[in-house]
Amino acid sequence: MKIRLFAGLLALGLAAGCGGATVDGGATTAASPEGSADAATPAGTVKIAINPWVGYEASANVVAYLLKNELGYTVELPEIKEQLAWEGFETGDVDVIIENWGHPDLKKQYIEEKKVAVEAGSTGNKGVIGWYIPKWMADENPDITDWKNLNKYADLFKTSESGGKGQLLFGDPSYVSNEAALIKNLKLDFKIVTGGSEAALIKSAQQAQAQKKPLLFYFWDPHWLFSQTELVRVNLPEYTEGCDADPKKVACDYPEMDLDKIVSKKFADTGGKAYELVKNFQWTNEDQNKVSDDMTNGGMSGEEAAKAWIEANPDKWQAWIPK
Amino acid sequence: MSSTAVTPASRLRVPRWVVPAGIAALFALAYLAFRGTGTLPHNSEAAPFTAVTELREWIDDHRNDNPLFLYFLNYIRLFVDALYTSFHAVLVAMGWPGLIGVMGGLAWLAGGWRVALMAVAGFCSFGVFGLWQSSVETLALVSAAVLLSLAIGVPLGIWAGMSARVRKAVTPVLDVMQIMPTFAYLAPLALFFHIGAPAGVIATMIYSIPPAIRITALAIEQVSPTAVEASASLGATQAQTLFKVYLPLARSTMALAVNQTIMMALSMVVIANLISAPGLGSDIIRGLSRAQVGIMLPAGIAIVIMAVILDRMMVSVARRDPHSRIGRGNVAAAGVLAVAGLVAAAFVPRQWPEDLTVSVTRPINEAVLWAETSWYGVTTFVKDTVTIYLLNPLETVFTTAPWWLVAAAVLLVAWRVSGVRPALTALVCLLGIALLGTWEHSMRTLTTVAVAVVATLAIGVLLGIAAARSDRFSAVQRPLLDAAQTMPAFVYLLPALALFGTTRFTAIFASIIYAVPPVVRLVEDGIRHVPTSVIEAAASAGSTSAQILWKVQLPMARRAILLAANQGIVLTLAMVVVGGLVGAGALGYDVVLGFSQRPDFGMGFVAGVATVLLGVMLDRITQGADRRSLPHKRKFT
Repeated sequence: MKIRLFAGLLALGLAAGCGGATVDGGATTAASPEGSADAATPAGTVKIAINPWVGYEASANVVAYLLKNELGYTVELPEIKEQLAWEGFETGDVDVIIENWGHPDLKKQYIEEKKVAVEAGSTGNKGVIGWYIPKWMADENPDITDWKNLNKYADLFKTSESGGKGQLLFGDPSYVSNEAALIKNLKLDFKIVTGGSEAALIKSAQQAQAQKKPLLFYFWDPHWLFSQTELVRVNLPEYTEGCDADPKKVACDYPEMDLDKIVSKKFADTGGKAYELVKNFQWTNEDQNKVSDDMTNGGMSGEEAAKAWIEANPDKWQAWIPK
Repeated sequence: MSSTAVTPASRLRVPRWVVPAGIAALFALAYLAFRGTGTLPHNSEAAPFTAVTELREWIDDHRNDNPLFLYFLNYIRLFVDALYTSFHAVLVAMGWPGLIGVMGGLAWLAGGWRVALMAVAGFCSFGVFGLWQSSVETLALVSAAVLLSLAIGVPLGIWAGMSARVRKAVTPVLDVMQIMPTFAYLAPLALFFHIGAPAGVIATMIYSIPPAIRITALAIEQVSPTAVEASASLGATQAQTLFKVYLPLARSTMALAVNQTIMMALSMVVIANLISAPGLGSDIIRGLSRAQVGIMLPAGIAIVIMAVILDRMMVSVARRDPHSRIGRGNVAAAGVLAVAGLVAAAFVPRQWPEDLTVSVTRPINEAVLWAETSWYGVTTFVKDTVTIYLLNPLETVFTTAPWWLVAAAVLLVAWRVSGVRPALTALVCLLGIALLGTWEHSMRTLTTVAVAVVATLAIGVLLGIAAARSDRFSAVQRPLLDAAQTMPAFVYLLPALALFGTTRFTAIFASIIYAVPPVVRLVEDGIRHVPTSVIEAAASAGSTSAQILWKVQLPMARRAILLAANQGIVLTLAMVVVGGLVGAGALGYDVVLGFSQRPDFGMGFVAGVATVLLGVMLDRITQGADRRSLPHKRKFT
């Protein structure tokens, strides 16, 4: 009796899900009802992943503000780091990455192979990563800006955390990074010390200038810090097309990147006006730095800073609003 | 007379310290001779790492077409996801006045108006802090995880309570689970269940299941056999005995099991965010990656408040007299509260109104900045002194010592303290660490743990002695210890981070304040349990108070102190690993990195396994307290 009941249940279970279940939250045979519900009601929910640097947050907050107040969407800003956010396209935890730095490997995997994400155009921002030192160091030792001389000055950069080598201060563990490969392939006598956040990098850079402390650190443009602290970029071997193809063999500087937006396939198909707005969003490094600066130094929340920029630049954002 | 009972009669022979000292000297010489040879330096492309990374890539590619995933694992994920989503939907649908009213009503039923007031005030504070949405997500996640834990854990616990054989099979598994640092659970779960809320719920469930099983089993065991026999002799069936005798009699202990399960689940909230689980953990991580204590602190406090409310409710249920009924007045009051809330919810927006929030981010950030700048001299001095004179040299010793020398030392110490079998287990764990390619980072983590444990024990034993010798001190300290032990682990990271920034020392500081309370408690209890007759005998023989402490109380409390050391080490390791989030480096950081950079997934996964091996090793080395006979007994034989 019991066995028959069990068998019956099993059969029922198999029949109900004969296609098996995929991770995106639906049986393969059934269309996902969630997505269509989002599309049917204009006031759906948009999930923009938040990556941990203020420039990203600035863009996300401006887009979120417009989605909320101009188009009536609900916006969620979950804290999900760069590479996990791509996985979020697959699980449905993320609709939009508003500022993507390269990641050709993830593009290949998630856009071409898995087909769960699509590109949504440039943000208009030009991004470049590099190694920086405070300007006073370059003034004192002009040849320090050439990577070939870094080992000569390694002693200057020693700290209690760097184990007898020079310290290269890094930011959040999730940032785009060739540092380990660069140190190895260029045979630099340096150790990566992870500060853990953008804030740690900024604080160290400000101290390095104010107290004349030596510092070599990972940083990137666009960033408001360049207008307040004098920094000089260390010249690594020049970037040439394809020199960073194999992440383990990289021995060249970072390229200038056209930062772009990535959205989930589902959002592109059913996101309606929200998707249009994300696609149209495009601004300059100066715009972003203004909002970032307000957020970091102006004591404004992301929403307040976004509002301030939006009120000051109506002609810019009105072009993004879908007709 | 009495002094001979405590110190062994002195005979003409070499002093006792000569042999251990000689062995220690031998090890020191061996280190000096072989330093730098036989080391196992870290290689981020070690074979075990790349193998796991490749496995992950394979799983990622085949998650939607491999039968194991398609017909089994993905269904679990889907089921858990549905559970979480429906919990969340119900909580959101209630609206904020509804949820506050219902929680208040439940709290009233559980523990009367005081607990109800606390619940209402507590839930209001989530809204006031501007954390309503995150709090509801966390509550939904914790509820789903606790429900699953109990659904699996309670039946298993009942089975283990009634059958000695099952208990024997389950206990060692639970032992290992309880010394597993939270970080170790994440990577395997991400592998099988991907990321997001369902993976977070499953990770939380697995982490919080041991107390559900263990305490339920204990509750069932404690049911008096006479009651069971009486019931059986009256002709009750097994099911009747279970439901009419065992469960009612075990009820109050089982409420504690629920309580512990909830507390464990809440302490997983932050960690689960590493695999994108929603909730208050997200706010903590947001603050962490902005280095803003002002963002983290309110979220941390909200988790503590949630823990305290749920704890009070469950403890009230556990303490209630099993035969008393809830008064009609209380039921009515609870009902009114819940209904009032739900009715009010119909008239206001479902989200907490923004006018009623108070932003504390800026004042806290400013306070932290003030503390940072005005105490900069002291904090930097402490941090640099410990780092330069203790941490760095010790780390050099551990990482440059030949692996076989470390292994020999572990084997010898474990053998001496705990016996042959634990020593062999410890050795196997250590060799496992070496084979996995995590030797160097494990040695670095071990260094951090060692420094933290020494400090924890020093502080803990001092405070424990003080508490045991002064009732007044003990009375002041006890509520503080109680409070400290209900707080989720990561909360301790916040003050450490505010004072010391992201360095290895931050993790040490946090693990000290995390591990000291249980150590204090164990030491105090150990000293207090020394029989008064022994102490009186020593006093009447003319011993001073200091002599009694050193010659009588401490030696006789040795077992408790060893147990405290064991607990301290396990807790410290757990915290040092979580410290990977705030600059602790080594294994903990590898785990964080594994979730941040795809090519390092394998390294993070293996680092998680290594933390478990390290935990088991440290536990086995120091678990002698439970196994070996008491020191004073041994001396009489």
